[in-house]
Amino acid sequence: MMIKLISAGFGGQGALAIGKNLVEAGMREGLEVTWTPSYGPEMRGGTANCSVVLSEKRIGSPVFSSPTDLIALNLPSLNKFAGKVKPGGNIFINSSTVSEKVERSDVNVYYVPCGEIADKVGNPKAVNMVMLGAYIGVSEAVKVETVETIIREMFAGAKEKYIPANIAAFQSGIDFVKQYE
Amino acid sequence: MAKELWKGNEVIAEAAIRAGCDCYFGYPITPQSEVPEYMSVHMPKHGRIFVQAESEVAAINMVYGAAACGLRAMTTSSSPGISLMQEGISYIAGSRLPAVIVNCMRGGPGLGTIQPSQADYYQSTRGGGHGDYRTIVLAPSNIQELADFVQEAFDIADYYRNPVMIAVDGMIGQILEPIEWRPVKRRELPPKDWATTGKRGRKTPNLVTSLFMDPEDCDRMNQLMGENLKRIEENETRYEAIGCDDAEIILVAYGTPARIIISVLDELRTQGIKAGLFRPISLWPFPEKPLHDYVAKDNVKLVLDVEMSLGQMIDDVRLAIKGKKPVHFYGRAGGIVPTVEEIIEAAKKALKEAK
Repeated sequence: MMIKLISAGFGGQGALAIGKNLVEAGMREGLEVTWTPSYGPEMRGGTANCSVVLSEKRIGSPVFSSPTDLIALNLPSLNKFAGKVKPGGNIFINSSTVSEKVERSDVNVYYVPCGEIADKVGNPKAVNMVMLGAYIGVSEAVKVETVETIIREMFAGAKEKYIPANIAAFQSGIDFVKQYE
Repeated sequence: MAKELWKGNEVIAEAAIRAGCDCYFGYPITPQSEVPEYMSVHMPKHGRIFVQAESEVAAINMVYGAAACGLRAMTTSSSPGISLMQEGISYIAGSRLPAVIVNCMRGGPGLGTIQPSQADYYQSTRGGGHGDYRTIVLAPSNIQELADFVQEAFDIADYYRNPVMIAVDGMIGQILEPIEWRPVKRRELPPKDWATTGKRGRKTPNLVTSLFMDPEDCDRMNQLMGENLKRIEENETRYEAIGCDDAEIILVAYGTPARIIISVLDELRTQGIKAGLFRPISLWPFPEKPLHDYVAKDNVKLVLDVEMSLGQMIDDVRLAIKGKKPVHFYGRAGGIVPTVEEIIEAAKKALKEAK
């Protein structure tokens, strides 16, 4: 297995956190992982992205020109990276924010209304958790239980009350992509 | 030991704390500001010293002062800040003091960019400041090595009474990777009987200085320093060679480009091109002889030096190879990281020209 994922969105949407959760889970399952943020003189409200590699063998380059998978939480991210995804790859679009469609026919595209789904489970901030669920539901890159454990650990202690809502958002992302099977 | 996910810059800070760094002096600059950030929180918790200095010049001189008192002192910065520190580094070397300096290189010259670069190779390996000194320069290419080398650096500096520089590019500072906090090689260290800690029963006070009124004395100090540098050259070279034994083309690179080349090798070999990687880990002392011996073998047609600069290490590569094989170059400057595809193309082009 060799996944090269770009996760991108507005600052604050949680695109970088999606990548961090994935590499944390991958590491716990014994995979080689790297997470590289793009950094530059970014503007508030500008776009942020990270490059993630999950692999069964030693990782050479932590960055790449064409990803196998793309998560686009906003339109600028989709415009920037959609053309670079490898043929046969997967594009995950937050269709609550992005109304455009992908015109390529050589990739699998998943339109996930992350905002609406997050609202429905009563956790409007958890757009990225919905997308993380959708991504894992399709890619099966890591186990669902591993991510749930990480979510529980992340909100342990004073923030414990947020655990059920985040697990619910994550689970509804997984459930949503079942229609694509 | 369980693996943990760590960011490069935070590893630099945590590794220094684990190695017993007594004092950290720094000034924020992208792409390494997470180092002073982490230090400001964690050094006081360990009862150690953290000072955000008023400038890089102040920071390196604080390192100088703390090192003269026999403490383990460190600073970190990025290219423009490291340039400002050169005078202080020269004084530290001239006073025969240990210190650890991390340079998280970014694009230059001048203010340049905040993106990763390797354009400070000359500055790092040729001394950087005035005088005949050298700094020992280690160049990790992943976060595990970064954790190990920063910890080792304090012992190496104390052992030789010479500043040690860890040279990474901005990408290594930013990346997140699993690491293990494993024990590193510890050295039997001589007592710091030269340190200015008060007379305490000694007849004469200790004096730490790089100033000599009599040139004979300064020459003597330089000769001693030279012998020490020779000892370092004999004992401290490090490198990694991958697939060099049967290679027709050997790529030479360190830091981030070296790990990108691991992906390049896989791709070239599936296309039937036997490619190897020679990765200097110590930039000074440069692993001259091992590189020479790999390249001198009959299977090697040529060498491709890859850097995130206009070509600086290539001088050391040429010196090592002594004209035995042609040396080609591929580099990106100013903060651009070369891609796998670009390096593959450069390797194929070089091989074509050789035919």
